[in-house]
Amino acid sequence: MLEVDDIHVYRGRTYVLKGISLRVTRGEIVALIGANGAGKTTTLRTISGLLHPRRGHIRYRPEADGPELELDRLPAEEIVRRGISHCPEGRGIFASLTVRENLLVGAYLRRDNRGIEDDYRRVCDLFPILGQRAGQAAGSLSGGEQEMLAVGRALMSRPRLLILDEPSLGLGPLVVETLFATLADINRRGVTILLVEQNAVMALELAHRAYVLETGRVTLSGSGEELAADPEVRRAYLGGA
Amino acid sequence: MGGGYIAQQIVNGLILGSMYALVAIGFSMIYGIIRLINFAHGDVVMIGAFVTLALMQVAGLPFVLVAAGALAAGAVVGVLIERGAFRPMRGAPQVTGFIASLAVSIMLQNLGILLLTAQPRNFTFPAALQKVINAGPVSFRVIDLVIMLSALGLMVLVMLLVKRTRLGMAMRATAENLDVARLMGININRTILAAFAMGSALAGIAGLMWGGKFGQIDPLLGYVPGLKSFVAAVIGGVGSIPGAILGGYILGLAEVLFVGLLPPIYSAYRDAFVFGTLIVILLIMPNGLLGSDKGERA
Repeated sequence: MLEVDDIHVYRGRTYVLKGISLRVTRGEIVALIGANGAGKTTTLRTISGLLHPRRGHIRYRPEADGPELELDRLPAEEIVRRGISHCPEGRGIFASLTVRENLLVGAYLRRDNRGIEDDYRRVCDLFPILGQRAGQAAGSLSGGEQEMLAVGRALMSRPRLLILDEPSLGLGPLVVETLFATLADINRRGVTILLVEQNAVMALELAHRAYVLETGRVTLSGSGEELAADPEVRRAYLGGA
Repeated sequence: MGGGYIAQQIVNGLILGSMYALVAIGFSMIYGIIRLINFAHGDVVMIGAFVTLALMQVAGLPFVLVAAGALAAGAVVGVLIERGAFRPMRGAPQVTGFIASLAVSIMLQNLGILLLTAQPRNFTFPAALQKVINAGPVSFRVIDLVIMLSALGLMVLVMLLVKRTRLGMAMRATAENLDVARLMGININRTILAAFAMGSALAGIAGLMWGGKFGQIDPLLGYVPGLKSFVAAVIGGVGSIPGAILGGYILGLAEVLFVGLLPPIYSAYRDAFVFGTLIVILLIMPNGLLGSDKGERA
């Protein structure tokens, strides 16, 4: 579905991604793990078009039997239109907009008002707190509620591929547990997921496959169980044991 | 100094305040979305005034069309300023944008002097608009009433647009976070352009009002109202549209009442008073009356 082929990305003058390649197959949950500064967020921002690679390609096939698109030159607002929804680092909710407005802005490119209302109700079923707080300014929500809002907002564009950048950041263990269960549920309903996580234990448990990034390169890849069992990974990311 | 006199001063202050408020909205909208002050915004008022003069006195169009022309001229100039001076500077340090807009301001003023000469021109509104209405102790001209009511109408319209429409939602989202707005599929270039067009259209129509109120215009007329409207926007909390409106009326009333209520020898200090008000308000409320403390974008 998505193929990242040897991308090299600079942020200003800093050489951040030194040839990253990875694949996401339809229906999968793929995790990127690695230390701070490894290039995880940069990889996601390049896929969704906020950054562009100096070299390399990103190919994306929205429909299983449809044509393939080159994403690496498209601006971000065109990439959303093609079914990739990016839930950014730090959630990026619009604090002064209401909860409902945040969700509606997630469906900004859609014109099917009835479908939008259906999806709005669906998101509120998934995260009941959002429905209860619909008219409240999003900035007044707690961290966990804001994360739910960010995920809900990303779903409002009806993505085929959902990209999540550190959804567990700053959340308590119980909230993370619930959130990850919901992500698995979203995935079962047919949304492919690519996520970056600091919480490698949770990420490897959830993901079908994962890649380990170190200083701008992929150093390891494999199924979630394989990586969770790998001595190197255990030492570096899973706190020894 | 009777109640009638004070009532008259209040009416005068509301007229002046309406114009400051309209111009201040533009400052705030533009600041809200790109975090830059457009120092050329006052000169859009001047262009609106000259376009009014041309359409009314030279072309002889009916008043409604003249007003539409002033709005449109403001919008067009705003779009050109964004494309010419702000977009090429996107991503550059803030100070670069400030300097670019100062340059545009100086350029517009000098272009005006070059093309129109610095000679002030008289601005004559149709007799129907000049008619004086006496309402008890207070008297004003029809044009003054038109200024107050149409300013009010435009303010309501802009607030509805920002609060209730898809474009308004996109503008508010873009104002909060450019990158995340793009991730939602919002074309931020178009949204920023829309903010410039709307804010500048209001400045254009304020130019018509300025001409109608003072009866004389020249190519430098935008400077002082521009500066004072900027003060109004800051008093209200720059970035906030209701704040800009409140600030505009406060400033207009304060200025007129200061001149009207104090002995005449102080009236030459009206501008010192206006800017003094700014300093006092900012000392007490650094974010302005309705501003948030989240001025800097995350």
